[in-house]
Amino acid sequence: MQIIESAKTFDVAIVGSGAGGGMATKILSEAGFDVAVLEAGPFFDPAQDQYRNQLRGPWESPRRGASSDRRSFGDFDAAYGGWNLEGEPFTKHEGTNFAWFRSRMLGGRTNHWGRISLRFGPLDFKRKSFDGLGDNWPIGYDDVKPYYDKVDKLIGVFGTKENIPNEPDGFFLPPPKPRLHELYYVKAARKAGVPVIPSRLSILTKRINNQRGSCFYCGQCNRACSAYADFSAGTCLIFPAQRNGGRVQLFTEAMVSEVTTNKEGKATGVTYINKADRKAYHLKAKVVILAASACSTARIMLNSKSSVHQDGLGNSSGLVGKYLHDSTGASRSVFIPKLMDRKIYNEDGVGGMHVYTPWWLNDKKLDFPRGYHIEVWGGMGMPSYGFGFNPNSLNKIIGEDIGGYGDSLRTDIRKYYGSVMGISGRGESIPQKDNYCEIDNDVVDQWGIPVLKFHYKWTKYEVLQAKHMQDTFEEILDATGGILLGDKPGEDRDFGLTQPGEIIHEVGTTRMGDDPQTSVTNRHNQLHDCENVFVMDAGPFVSQADKNPTWTILALAWRASDYLVDQVKKGNL
Amino acid sequence: MDRRDSLKSLLVGSVAGGLLVTGCSPEVAAAAADGVAATEGGTPEITDLPGYGRTEAEKAHDRKVLAQVYLNEHELETIAVLCDIILPPMGELGGANDAEVPAFIEFLVKDMPHYQLPMRGGLAWLDNHSNKLHNLEFKKLTVVQQKAICDTIAFPGKTLPELMAGEKFFTLIRNIVLSGYYTTKMGVEALGYKGNTPNVWDGVPQDELDKHGLAYDPDWLAQCVDQSKRTEIAQWDDEGNLLNG
Repeated sequence: MQIIESAKTFDVAIVGSGAGGGMATKILSEAGFDVAVLEAGPFFDPAQDQYRNQLRGPWESPRRGASSDRRSFGDFDAAYGGWNLEGEPFTKHEGTNFAWFRSRMLGGRTNHWGRISLRFGPLDFKRKSFDGLGDNWPIGYDDVKPYYDKVDKLIGVFGTKENIPNEPDGFFLPPPKPRLHELYYVKAARKAGVPVIPSRLSILTKRINNQRGSCFYCGQCNRACSAYADFSAGTCLIFPAQRNGGRVQLFTEAMVSEVTTNKEGKATGVTYINKADRKAYHLKAKVVILAASACSTARIMLNSKSSVHQDGLGNSSGLVGKYLHDSTGASRSVFIPKLMDRKIYNEDGVGGMHVYTPWWLNDKKLDFPRGYHIEVWGGMGMPSYGFGFNPNSLNKIIGEDIGGYGDSLRTDIRKYYGSVMGISGRGESIPQKDNYCEIDNDVVDQWGIPVLKFHYKWTKYEVLQAKHMQDTFEEILDATGGILLGDKPGEDRDFGLTQPGEIIHEVGTTRMGDDPQTSVTNRHNQLHDCENVFVMDAGPFVSQADKNPTWTILALAWRASDYLVDQVKKGNL
Repeated sequence: MDRRDSLKSLLVGSVAGGLLVTGCSPEVAAAAADGVAATEGGTPEITDLPGYGRTEAEKAHDRKVLAQVYLNEHELETIAVLCDIILPPMGELGGANDAEVPAFIEFLVKDMPHYQLPMRGGLAWLDNHSNKLHNLEFKKLTVVQQKAICDTIAFPGKTLPELMAGEKFFTLIRNIVLSGYYTTKMGVEALGYKGNTPNVWDGVPQDELDKHGLAYDPDWLAQCVDQSKRTEIAQWDDEGNLLNG
């Protein structure tokens, strides 16, 4: 099979159309560059009815919104794919575990994420100086702050100024009022000495321009918003870039296999398989930006071997794929008898929580490093598949029969509707060189591309952090006056710690640093080994804080794109 | 009603809810309007569901599932009897059969094949048990007899050891019937869920706050969105203070 050459040479080829790729597309096209965006999945625009999941009733899905291998988070979730992609496997080292969530579509996982948009604080970039573990970033908060400010204003995020040292304030839209169960949480958390503040989500409670609407409170951001009132890379970055007259050519269903290089080791473009005709194409570009997600980018780099880059592109340090790390997670829930037989009204609100707890114990000596934030869930949601299962199991708690049939089931369903609240911790893990992804030479996907093999184990730090979460959850939930559900997970279950990868905050596979021997990218997301290749997803993260990575991906991608433009202007690229 | 007709009637206006066929002849469209597109071999071929934001792979999966038949007429009739027992109509509210739950179950067991054996086996257990007690299949018993059997398997924790298989089945079908019902338009209305519609959230109703002895913290509330200005374009000063909250 012959590789089909592109006739033209693009200024920039961007691999991936999520947060990082979307931002690079916008900034670079507006700087006048001729940009190719390669996305491994199909086109997606939530404003077009053929793609719309929003405002659909459960009956519109024959499986009533249930999850499937085709959509892990349910029929109405915007993310195509999920934990498994047909024909695109990955493998794991024996005795280790990793869950890898992939969404192949324009905008990638930004279409369905929780929109929790937290800045890293000054401490988050320099944690090693504080606890001696892991490594510091080569840059600090002051380097990124101007870009966080610009991202806030370009994309929009609600929140409040709180003056908490490691939770920097930004340019916030006003937050929505808390829901009833959230008021229960506020009261209980404060009783337990745990602070609560309004959430910080990238959802428009006011308009920020004339192209995007403001939120109409359907609570369905995970389904992707037809009014573009929440952030996703397609609706807020790529489409605007196209509308602004930028030269942006989209290649969907384009599965990039390699970055090609010349005999000097400089990138010349990318090779991709067009999923529609299964043929290999070569797209020529002067600069390549990898933003395929931390692990997919590492895979492309490791599969890009040449005489100059013998261990894979940018891998002279041997660190591509290493230091892979995800957030920790643990949860607990509570049944609040006072919320039985609630008055029913529309409390959909925005998609996600209206209040949350930022990490509050930086100054305290604990038996684990780093920290976690707490998210809250509950309320009177829309029924979907699974609603009505074990309809009256809570009867056991109030001393009534469980099970039965007939009219009593209607009464029970109504009685317990909206009476359970839950809280979840999302914490920072310590990056380990021994937690990594590498190429599995034995297995290829359906496009003939060697797949990733994962090796990941939590350390005692993460387990002890989960223990602290469980103790805190118990204290807070007890203070609601409710009855905690399920057993408290103990040491035998790692205190309910989620499996690596499950929180979908995987970062660190191409970490940045000033020393090419201990890092893959420099402080501008540029490969040490290949100056015309940049990584703009979460691969360059040295550590991940307890914050969701998206806002930092966006800020760093903007910062790196500005640097790239400057380097081209100076004739260095 | 023969088997084919009964399945057809289950599918029309239920799972399919108005089947859609794209760009085809009037004959095929007419057949599709019937819920079943005639093919050369005379076997029913189900066409696309109305769109609900599917990818091509998802559409192909749905087509494949809809073209299959799993439950037989006897099983569907028994399920309908159980639907009436588990969730009968109440006052103005329709019951599980009004919400076409049996058709949902037929789809579900094909879409999630792990349900097939527990469903088929459970229904057969119910007939075996009924035959043993009354020498009649479950669906042919009187309602009083049917409920007497349900009483022995519908209450986890109170079931005789030899009837545990029945309890497991009853729990399964109760779950699926309830889920099937409350995810229809009828069920959502019966529950009273008020959302899934454009609106403006402006906090918990005052009477509800009072009932729960809760109040909004005035400092917190002062920072929340003024919904009368929600469509204005946000403006900030250089310090990030919102100028038109």
